[in-house]
Amino acid sequence: MVFATENDLSAQPTSTKISIKNVYKVFGERPQKALDLLSQGKTKSDILAATGCSIGVNNASFDIKAGEIFVIMGLSGSGKSTLLRLLNRLIEPTSGSIEIDGRDITRMPRRELIELRRRDISMVFQSFALLPNRNVLNNVAFGLEVAGIGESARKEKALAALKAVGLDGYSESRPDQLSGGMKQRVGLARALASEPTILLMDEAFSALDPLIRTEMQDELVRLQAEHSRTIVFVSHDLDEAMRIGDRICIMQNGHVVQVGTPDEIVLNPANDYVRSFFRNVDVSRVFRAGDIARKTQVTLIERQGMSAAAALERMKNFDREFAIIVGRDKAYHGIVSQTSLVEKVRAKAADPYRNAFLPEVEPILASEPLSNVLGKVAGSSWPVPVVDDENRYVGSISKSALLETLDRAS
Amino acid sequence: MNFDIGDGVDSAVNYILDNFGPLLDFIAATIGLVTNSIQDALLAIPMPVGLAVFVALSLWRVGPGFAVFTGLSLWLVEHMQLWPAMMETLSLVIASTIIAMVIGLPLGIAMARSDRVAAAVRPVLDLMQTMPAFVYLIPAAMFFGLGAVPGTIATVIFSMPPVVRLTNLGIRQVHVEFIEAGNAFGCTASQLLFKVQLPNAMPSIMAGINQTIMLSLSMVVIASMIGAGGIGNTVLTGIQRLDVGTGFEGGIAVVILAVILDRITQSLGRKRAGIWRVLFQKTARQETAEAAA
Repeated sequence: MVFATENDLSAQPTSTKISIKNVYKVFGERPQKALDLLSQGKTKSDILAATGCSIGVNNASFDIKAGEIFVIMGLSGSGKSTLLRLLNRLIEPTSGSIEIDGRDITRMPRRELIELRRRDISMVFQSFALLPNRNVLNNVAFGLEVAGIGESARKEKALAALKAVGLDGYSESRPDQLSGGMKQRVGLARALASEPTILLMDEAFSALDPLIRTEMQDELVRLQAEHSRTIVFVSHDLDEAMRIGDRICIMQNGHVVQVGTPDEIVLNPANDYVRSFFRNVDVSRVFRAGDIARKTQVTLIERQGMSAAAALERMKNFDREFAIIVGRDKAYHGIVSQTSLVEKVRAKAADPYRNAFLPEVEPILASEPLSNVLGKVAGSSWPVPVVDDENRYVGSISKSALLETLDRAS
Repeated sequence: MNFDIGDGVDSAVNYILDNFGPLLDFIAATIGLVTNSIQDALLAIPMPVGLAVFVALSLWRVGPGFAVFTGLSLWLVEHMQLWPAMMETLSLVIASTIIAMVIGLPLGIAMARSDRVAAAVRPVLDLMQTMPAFVYLIPAAMFFGLGAVPGTIATVIFSMPPVVRLTNLGIRQVHVEFIEAGNAFGCTASQLLFKVQLPNAMPSIMAGINQTIMLSLSMVVIASMIGAGGIGNTVLTGIQRLDVGTGFEGGIAVVILAVILDRITQSLGRKRAGIWRVLFQKTARQETAEAAA
């Protein structure tokens, strides 16, 4: 299968695939005048009143790396769909440069642009945009057909693309016979059929109901894992952006407000607009256990001959009920409480630490999403230790820390 | 102050007559060839065969009930001795519709692709539709004499606007995401037109063609005044002799032809009924009822 085996050299995660520099888009009759006013610092509404022009994209500059899922986010009217359409020049930019693989597409002659669209860039639409007069197979083969690829070759590729999205057997169906989720699978197959290096997705899953939307997001991530492309995904849904995005670009009123990884944006929002996005976001999906684990508990390094009394003394000094016992290599060993430790010391147990370990404490992996560990933390009477992949102690999560984190979201 | 527009039009017509004779002859010959060959072909078909073809078309495209109507009404036309006249009229309708489509479809496409063309063509279409139909008869007769050719030309002028308008409208109404999809997948301008715009504008274009056919049928009757022939002659004779019966017979025949053409051409815009469904006498409504049950 073509999608799985082909190894695209350009898909190195570090190289720049699309580079956008100082891009403006002005809608209206007198764009140059509007740009002049904009450089004088006039506001959007002033410019609209003076020239009748509206500013779609205002000085956007950023790079999109090869092989990443880059999500452009914003409220409606923020210019995110316009920005996406500038990337394949469905909308012509007013000024600025857009380089794809180092070539400036804004200066590209029409014929080369058509070549680029056929070979390198394809697109998935919010309302699917499947042609109603064609069956599924011919919809999927549409891009190949206009590129002049022979009938048998394009049928083969279209069938492979349909198979990749799990719709083999539907090739003779009409688009209006399919459910929304299936329609968008066809839309995805159509975009994949020409094996593009760039996939533009305009609110591709927004018209689907929540369950199907999640399913399609997983599907996209799976396809991306099989064969990595550069995906530019427009969304107004932060949950979706956080779920699938390697990096997120947040737009407001045509401006790019912030570009960063999901973590960066949540932990360090650029302004109130950005912050307002995740007021409603389920933080437990965004954060991982490692993000909120804190080393506020006393940690005791286990070594030969360490006296339990000294340990108890330290816990009392820090006014802590619990202590985490780690090895010299920071490996997590167990958790003790003052009570359990005192008990063992009184009983003159041979190895007071080991025997004082509280039962039923399973450490959590730091990479675990917070949503998966809520129950564990809530149901535990003591702070739950968090370890990394190599069993090294990272910190612990107390109930109060958990509540504080969740509270930040609401 | 008096403007003598009439004189101006007269002299323009004379100027054209004097200077564009060969062009007019060429147009007349072309249209004459189209009209006459269709007419000869239709008249050569024996009545029972023609009737059978109409009934079969009605059965296939519309349904069994309408096929019965077609059979009975055409049988009535035959017994009014109007079958040959009806075939003549039909050939004029077909010829003028073909010519109207040949000119009108590209014009509608051009209007859809350019606002300037649309702005220029729209008032001309308004003029063509609102000008009393009789007015076209005069220059048509002056340029092309009497007979089927000027009749066809007057009919084309009168009946062309709907196909132009609805082609333009249909293409402009194609959903913007379809256009974007076409462009995003690398369509050239002509690929976009033929693979995206025209197929999606088809219902609207078919409605335009249907209207053009209906208008040309009504105009063909009027065109009999300049010798276009067909059922119009019967109606005209009825008027001239104040013979209500003859006029009514002609009128009935026109209505019958209109209904048959309307129903059959309307069905062309929809999906085919499917020959199997027809043979098993199952209409779409019955099928829905079964599905609901």
